[in-house]
Amino acid sequence: MYKNHMHLEFDSRSENERFARVTAAAFATQLNPIMEELSDIKTAVSEAVTNAIVHGYENHTGTVILEGEIVDRTIILTVKDYGVGIADVKKAMEPLFTTKPEEERAGMGFMFMEAFMDELKVESKPDEGTCVIMKKTIIER
Amino acid sequence: MSQEVGTEEIGIVVEDDTMIIRAGGELDHHNAVELRTLVDRELIKGKIKNVIFDFTDTNFMDSSGIGTIIGRQKIMESIGGSVRVRNMNPNISRIFQISGLHKIIKVQE
Repeated sequence: MYKNHMHLEFDSRSENERFARVTAAAFATQLNPIMEELSDIKTAVSEAVTNAIVHGYENHTGTVILEGEIVDRTIILTVKDYGVGIADVKKAMEPLFTTKPEEERAGMGFMFMEAFMDELKVESKPDEGTCVIMKKTIIER
Repeated sequence: MSQEVGTEEIGIVVEDDTMIIRAGGELDHHNAVELRTLVDRELIKGKIKNVIFDFTDTNFMDSSGIGTIIGRQKIMESIGGSVRVRNMNPNISRIFQISGLHKIIKVQE
């Protein structure tokens, strides 16, 4: 079984949104994905990291963790923060639901993560933080 | 007469009552904040009737970009103006479709 792992920690600064998604995409390239799959991964990671920065830490400084794991043909990406957490995860995942309309959050973050990855799991506890786990299988061509 | 404001990446061009927005290489949350400030500073003057998002140089956009377009659409709608988008590559076009934005925003050919 092929296995690989990476762990990245960075400050919750919006400059790092790009850094995180580009890193995740670079890690995924060992599975030889097509451009569209790379773009899916970039978008999903960008959404999760933006959520951690904007909602988890509410634009204050904290640490965001991006973990990448490859098991055979599947990439598992985990984005974790130790921010405010989500009281009602089900509600937060509803399309168009947002707690920050004034910041022009479209309420589509989780919807995009779901659309672009094969699997999405969100674990959260108020005042402890949020962990988003996303999986995508890249078929061999 | 046209007036151009912005950085090398992100910028706006104003021609009469039309504003063309160069969305830049990557329209994420980080860049959206900057773009919004630049655009709204001009919109607040009240002369702009048409806003066009030009994605010629854009190869990445997430839901923050979608939020930025919706936000400008709300502003323009309230003053009887319009928002359109153009020159989207397949990646940007896919985001646009999945968000459902194609139902309310016109794509300029």
